[in-house]
Amino acid sequence: MAWTPDQPIVSCKEVHKAFGAVEVLKGVSLDVAKGETICVIGPSGSGKSTLLRCINALVPINSGSITVEGQEVHDPKLDKLALRRKVGMVFQQYNLFPHKSALQNVMMAPVTVLKQDKAEVEQRAYRLLKKVRLEGKEQAYPGELSGGQQQRVAIARALAMNPDVMLFDEVTAALDPETVKEVLLTIRELAEEGMTCLLVTHEMGFAREIADMIYFTDRGVIVESGPPKDFFASAKDPRTKEFLSQIL
Amino acid sequence: MEWSWAFDWAREFYRETGINLTFVYDSFDRDRLARGFMNTVYLSLICLVLSVLIGIAGAWLQGSKLVWTRRIVQGYIQFFRNTPPLVQLYFFFFAVGSLMPTYENRFGMQEPMLDNFTWAVISLSFFAGAFNVEIFRSGIEAVPTSTVEAAESLGYNRLQTYRYIVLPLAFRVCLPALNNNLVNLVKTTTLAYAIAVPEMLYMANQIWSDSVNVPETMTFLLFAYVFLVGLLVWAMHSWERAMRLPGYGR
Ligand SMILES: Nc1ncnc2c1ncn2[C@@H]1O[C@H](COP(=O)(O)OP(=O)(O)OP(=O)(O)O)[C@@H](O)[C@H]1O
Ligand SMILES: [Mg+2]
Repeated sequence: MAWTPDQPIVSCKEVHKAFGAVEVLKGVSLDVAKGETICVIGPSGSGKSTLLRCINALVPINSGSITVEGQEVHDPKLDKLALRRKVGMVFQQYNLFPHKSALQNVMMAPVTVLKQDKAEVEQRAYRLLKKVRLEGKEQAYPGELSGGQQQRVAIARALAMNPDVMLFDEVTAALDPETVKEVLLTIRELAEEGMTCLLVTHEMGFAREIADMIYFTDRGVIVESGPPKDFFASAKDPRTKEFLSQIL
Repeated sequence: MEWSWAFDWAREFYRETGINLTFVYDSFDRDRLARGFMNTVYLSLICLVLSVLIGIAGAWLQGSKLVWTRRIVQGYIQFFRNTPPLVQLYFFFFAVGSLMPTYENRFGMQEPMLDNFTWAVISLSFFAGAFNVEIFRSGIEAVPTSTVEAAESLGYNRLQTYRYIVLPLAFRVCLPALNNNLVNLVKTTTLAYAIAVPEMLYMANQIWSDSVNVPETMTFLLFAYVFLVGLLVWAMHSWERAMRLPGYGR
């Protein structure tokens, strides 16, 4: 059964994940349509990062199913490379390769993993770094860039693989308020261009503006979800209310 | 040649002081020592490269999912770290060597497959390699898992992650320890003397037996090792500087 763009691009069904005896995800289901931006919010330790890591097959799941473009992510026969071409991920701690310049960070994966033509990739890398407003910083090394700049290199690095879906895991949590803006601006532009984005974030204002759907997780389950208007105005579950009252 | 002034000087020096630098003015001794010096350089370089390769491969195998692969590597390390290198050399040359098949050379004599130089290379490379495995492993452990995860999320497989991300970063962490071990290796090449590999110590020994100038040759020998090790340390330090991550530390 081939996937068509009118079906969910990312679909999680009853996902269970335990680390040893600790059950971190206890049946999470969510669908993301192509071009949609969803935000996952929730208290620390509720399993948000774990969910994103499961979607990218960085950690295996115990039961349930996750599909990306109709392809089962946790099928043992899955070509992980094919999946990771479709799904880009950006981390809280940027995780750039410190021994490579910004430009090389962006170029490396397309050249070594996808074996694409170097000259062509280089052009694309310049274009992407310009897109994230880092023109002129191509030759700088991660250690020579600010946190916000590093995070934008990381976004460009993920985009260089031409993904269909982008996962952002608290990408502004390690930044100071000034640089948060730069990074959010970049993400907003991506979302507006029609990239499918899954964000884990604590920036409620940003989530409200940008998200098509908000999911609130607590202790491994999705407690409540809805479009931002409804979600922030009329949260029903007491856990959601408490969380929102603390954070807003 | 233009060097004749040096030979004349050494002869004059001997007449006046009694310090006999045969390996300067006597062409036979000079050639012997030069050959010994070059053999030490070759032996060191070959073992250096091989031991580093063994270290890289061993550290990779230690990360294997297979229990037995890890155990074998661990056994290898323990064996070579906890036994004297001279005994290892004897073991390879006399014990393993005697079990190896021989072949007939062009004079109709039976010759061993591997000569003593090769055995020295094998023995010393495995000796230094065992330490290198440990050194590289500690370097690899210092690479943050989050960095490895980033590579994975970009579609790198395990080998690509190792080659392009983990090793280059691990190398930087373990260069000082590697430096130490390689200095040790160069000094340990003198053990090859014990199985008559014509390296520098062996040749020097022949010179002082023939020419009875032990103190002179010994002194030269020490300075020659200071020079060789100094060269290696200098090269390693330049490498360390060149590899320093821009934007971190000084
Ligand atoms: N590799 C792991 N091994 C064992 N336990 C883990 C592992 N990764 C996460 N956990 C546990 O899973 C739970 C959920 O972690 P997760 O990182 O998904 O939370 P989170 O919602 O992203 O929290 P935060 O907002 O602090 O990032 C935590 O209790 C954590 O201790
Ligand atoms: Mg998290």
